[in-house]
Amino acid sequence: MTPSDLKYAETHEWVRLSEEGGRKVATIGITDFAVEQLTDLVHMVLPPVGTKVVAGQPFGEVESVKAVSDLYSPVDGEVIAVNSDLPQHLELLSSDPYHQGWMIKVALSDEAALARLMDAATYEKQCAAEG
Amino acid sequence: MTSSLLKTPLADWHLAHGGRMVDFAGWQMPVQYDSIVAEHLATRHAAGLFDVSHMGRLRLDGPGSAAFLDRLLTRQICGMSLGKIRYSLVCNEAGGVLDDVLVYHLQEHGGAPFHLLVVNASNRQKILDWLKSHLQSGEEVAITDQTLSTGMIAVQGPRALACVEPLVGADLGGLAYFTGTATTICGHLGLISRTGYTGEDGCELIVPAAGVVEIWEKILAHGREAGARPAGLGARDTLRLEAGLPLYGHELTETIDPFQAGLAFAVNLEGREFIGRQALLSRRDDPTLPRRVGLVLAGRRVARHDYRVLAGNETVGWVTSGTFSPSLEQSIAMAYVDRAWATPGRELAVEIRGSLEAARVVKLPFYTRAS
Repeated sequence: MTPSDLKYAETHEWVRLSEEGGRKVATIGITDFAVEQLTDLVHMVLPPVGTKVVAGQPFGEVESVKAVSDLYSPVDGEVIAVNSDLPQHLELLSSDPYHQGWMIKVALSDEAALARLMDAATYEKQCAAEG
Repeated sequence: MTSSLLKTPLADWHLAHGGRMVDFAGWQMPVQYDSIVAEHLATRHAAGLFDVSHMGRLRLDGPGSAAFLDRLLTRQICGMSLGKIRYSLVCNEAGGVLDDVLVYHLQEHGGAPFHLLVVNASNRQKILDWLKSHLQSGEEVAITDQTLSTGMIAVQGPRALACVEPLVGADLGGLAYFTGTATTICGHLGLISRTGYTGEDGCELIVPAAGVVEIWEKILAHGREAGARPAGLGARDTLRLEAGLPLYGHELTETIDPFQAGLAFAVNLEGREFIGRQALLSRRDDPTLPRRVGLVLAGRRVARHDYRVLAGNETVGWVTSGTFSPSLEQSIAMAYVDRAWATPGRELAVEIRGSLEAARVVKLPFYTRAS
């Protein structure tokens, strides 16, 4: 099931928006569909806190037995938290991609990129076409 | 998937059973059904079934076959006894590898002896053309490409022979490693050989295209309880990499010679003449040619094809294949490096997407099965 309270990027990242200390914050991960397509994950590189990310640009990489893939930021801003346990527990990406499988939190510097994200129903249609 | 791709007799079966199909050397092939790691480990611990029908199968009939092949292959073919199979290389005049092949010398019931070459899918047409262009007029050799009229199944793993045994007329227990025989398989006339590309014991079956699906399903049905499962090209690649086996287009190319690749055992230079021999005599001990090595990386990132290998700041080679080894749970790779660095224990680095990752030269293979 694709959670209906999240936003989705074409490149299979999900975004959960929240307010923290008056700032707009995006929590970012990758979808169930993406994890299933990648299979056999072995490694992941996430950026340190303080990294500036740009919508559409890579913020990290995820490696499977077969190939390495970039993780693309769906938003513009600065990384304020990183799920640093995740690279040692890649199984969380399969078992709980939308909660324990979160990757980074970004304080938004600009909200314009949000308009390009999809809702769950639109994203599911994209997956059906790709799958 | 474009319709111009060739399909094996099992293509629809793969699709119906969750096979993720990719274009491999012009064939529509399953890279995996579910997990490469699960398919890999099933092959190491029980049995994996691989559709290898894309491999080229070229049959040579006629009394001149052995002498003809002897002029083109790095190993001696004349004098090979019936039932034997040899790994050999086909080289160009410069000693570069055109293909690595298996040569079978077999006889069907009541028939004349023949040779069969099993060649890489990506090189099938090239080798077929190469053979035909070197056939002299009057030479008694008939070459038949049987790739499309037959299919080929590899069953690999410690339980492979037990899965296949009940379906085969021949006595598999009596079939030594790298030998084969003509036999019936589920009532179809075919060939069985104790060969493979995974580092495990096992066998490969060559059967008429019309019988492939039935035989595949029967092997699976017999083997399922023992843990047999279908495995795709993804697992085939990780298995052969752990076993240190070269893959054409990666470890072998037309500019690499067999000695660089560590395949001296498959070259027989003495007392015979074959294409590439003169060049190989001088290349054999050439210290300027890089050599194939195994690398184990310190971290979990994977060194992939064409990544640079460095000693300090100096580029000393390039990666030809790499993966995260499911059996060893380490990042492993094969590479060509300058001879000075091609010694187990040397500490090198691989440039992975802009950063240097420590790598140690190790002896191949990475994995050897317990005998």
